[in-house]
Amino acid sequence: MAEFDVGRHGVGSVSVLNVKGFLDAHTAPELENAFNGLVDDKQYKVVVNFGNLKYISSAGLGVFMAYVETMRENGGDIKFCGLKEDVYNIFDLLGFPLLYEFYKDEKTAIDKYTQG
Amino acid sequence: MTKVVKNIKKRLSVNSTTENLARIRAFIKTHSKSVGFDDETASKIVLASDEACTNIIKHAYKYSAKGKININLSFSANKLRISITDEGTHFNSNSIKEPDLKKYYQEKRVGGLGMFLMKKLMDEVVYSQKSAKKNKVTLIKYLR
Repeated sequence: MAEFDVGRHGVGSVSVLNVKGFLDAHTAPELENAFNGLVDDKQYKVVVNFGNLKYISSAGLGVFMAYVETMRENGGDIKFCGLKEDVYNIFDLLGFPLLYEFYKDEKTAIDKYTQG
Repeated sequence: MTKVVKNIKKRLSVNSTTENLARIRAFIKTHSKSVGFDDETASKIVLASDEACTNIIKHAYKYSAKGKININLSFSANKLRISITDEGTHFNSNSIKEPDLKKYYQEKRVGGLGMFLMKKLMDEVVYSQKSAKKNKVTLIKYLR
């Protein structure tokens, strides 16, 4: 059962993670692995595309909180894009929009890095 | 036309593994919708139940798969009640304050969010210790 999947691709100096399916306490370690891979490869400019994500619990949200500092300390960030309304509402309940940037589509999020 | 909603009582018992969270969510979703909650509200009830069970797996059973999670769901008089019991380590809910996200981010702390979400998503969240080794959390949502 493919309940969660995370794909990675590069656009210039930016790394895009495509998250798909259900992100909960069971699948969050897969996302952690993806972030560990980015840190190992010194890829700190990250865009997470939520276009195919159907569900997120606090275990998934915690992964972004655990890695954002490392990315920012190294001149990067974690920017979010493509969230469906119900997924965005969970981020909003926890006050994420105060600390993270959210964009409608992937290209706009990527451009934010290249525009400096 | 007034929709007549049946009172229901359902029960699910699973082992304390994160693998079972999908099964728990399916159980909660099916029965929340069957008594008349709309998709949006059912999703909130599902997430709150996931958070409650995730806390039990992490904190009460400390990821041991041998523990049992018992879920009793009932609906009557427009009130959905989901009681979740475990026999793990007692969890003091009073020690959890509303999270300051900025502080969490600085301290790299990621726990405590689940309980905050449960309180935001449900109408009532009640913790009780049934005996020295039995903890219970009850999630309540009113059908309006």
